[in-house]
Amino acid sequence: MADKVLMKGNEALAESAIRAGCRCFFGYPITPQTEVAAYMAKRMPQIGGTYLQAESEVAAINMVYGATSTGTRAMTSSSSPGISLKAEGISYLAGSDLPAVIINICRGGPGLGGIQPAQSDYNQATKGLAHGDFHILVLAPNGIQEMCDLVSDAFDLADTYRMPAMILGDGMLGQMMEPVALPEPHESKIAKPWATCGTDMKRKHNVINSLYIKPDELEKIVMDRYARYRHIEENEVRYEELMTEDADIVIVAYGASSRIARNAIMAARAEGIRVGMFRPITLWPYPKKALNRLADTAKAFLSVELSMGQMIDDVKLAINCRRPVYLANRTGGMVITPNEILAKIREIKGETL
Amino acid sequence: MKKITIFAGHYGSGKTNLAVNAALALKRRHDSVILCDMDIVNPYFRTKDSEAILSEAGVRLISPRFANSNVDLPYLPAEVAAIFGGNYVSVIDVGGDDSGAIALGQYADRIKAVGYDMLLVLNARRYLTLEPTEAVEIMHEIESASSLRFTGLINNTNLGHESTAETVTQARNYMEAVSKETGLPLVATSYREDLSPALTPQDGVAWPIKIYEKPGWALY
Repeated sequence: MADKVLMKGNEALAESAIRAGCRCFFGYPITPQTEVAAYMAKRMPQIGGTYLQAESEVAAINMVYGATSTGTRAMTSSSSPGISLKAEGISYLAGSDLPAVIINICRGGPGLGGIQPAQSDYNQATKGLAHGDFHILVLAPNGIQEMCDLVSDAFDLADTYRMPAMILGDGMLGQMMEPVALPEPHESKIAKPWATCGTDMKRKHNVINSLYIKPDELEKIVMDRYARYRHIEENEVRYEELMTEDADIVIVAYGASSRIARNAIMAARAEGIRVGMFRPITLWPYPKKALNRLADTAKAFLSVELSMGQMIDDVKLAINCRRPVYLANRTGGMVITPNEILAKIREIKGETL
Repeated sequence: MKKITIFAGHYGSGKTNLAVNAALALKRRHDSVILCDMDIVNPYFRTKDSEAILSEAGVRLISPRFANSNVDLPYLPAEVAAIFGGNYVSVIDVGGDDSGAIALGQYADRIKAVGYDMLLVLNARRYLTLEPTEAVEIMHEIESASSLRFTGLINNTNLGHESTAETVTQARNYMEAVSKETGLPLVATSYREDLSPALTPQDGVAWPIKIYEKPGWALY
């Protein structure tokens, strides 16, 4: 393995996308993800790829649609307000069964919001991204190494299941620096017989389309797609557990807040409170079964978020409300501290244990 | 000691933390010290985060007027003129790469008039400056954007929380190559104060530094 290097999250996302074979990047600058585009602008011409700063986020996502239709690995990135603008295009990608990687380095909202880190796009990413019956894969890294690794996986999953995959990060992950071992450049072996890349007069032409005028046809397409989603829910969930075996209180946290929660857990353990953590890495598919198992032994759950209680609903659903679920949160770009989480843990201990 | 010391270099090379360390160290020898934040490129991880420590130590912080607020406007306040007058000695923290150094260029003539050192902060483990030639290229871009010449190099090689004493000393050949190519002396080697790299006179001044602003999500 090559020597580790020090990288910013945004740079790491861009470089590992290139190493995973991404050859088209369409972007538009927005804090705190601008370094992804800046990095791509510098590197893509060096490797014979295409970098294009579109005139808007709407244009960028539709350029992704075009590029990925040809079978090329394509990516776009933005931050919260820009993702809202891309929403229509993402629905079209899903409706046309097209793979693509979309990065959201989330900032405080709604509206223009702020420029500091937030997780308030959880519901948008996992549930209400755009119109129509569809899902996208949502992967939530909590460190720079995992950002590198998950970008690669996102391209593979998107190609395998022919659907968009999102890396949901936040301003903190985008901007912070950590040592990483970059993956070696690798070629994808996933065949794309559906791609519109020229027939060579040897086959019937392919059609990429999301318009179905006949309702029975559209219903069948959507039903088939949902069968694929069920397969993904069975086979592609990812999560990590930390000291959950004996935990009375299980913190559920993803991304940046899981790092802060980890420090709070160490402090709580030092006080003799048995706290553990369940960290979903795939936010869709959500690791429901694994989380539900923990409700057999844990007495309470605590959702730690940089949002107003969005993931907490998925925690309650996963455990069928068998245990009380609490919330420790900040929002709007404010970052929760280990002490604030610890205070909530002590409160839960008083009420439940 | 020149009136103005400028820290410039690649994004994420460690300029801001070195500038904060330098200003606090200067304050122990000088009454009037200014830390001037000229980074109007990136709104994250800036001197403003260390405002409390600086103000407690009596270092005057001059930073973009709306830094760390909702309106991060890319302009510098008129107050910057303070670095040229009075008894002040100043440390300037420049934004990353040539795009960050453009803001510095407008003051080039006045900086030259009062005397300055401009130090190129290098981290041999930063991905886009892994090769000495890449570091030299960025150096030329910054000089061209700022209309100022570098006077020395600082080895600030680190791997964040995975840094060891060896991380620092392994960069020696790299620094030597940059020094040879640019003709600039290696004036200092900086390292987290809990590490004790085996430095030699060729590494320049040994500069143990504190990491200010250790955040709640840090792993060390």
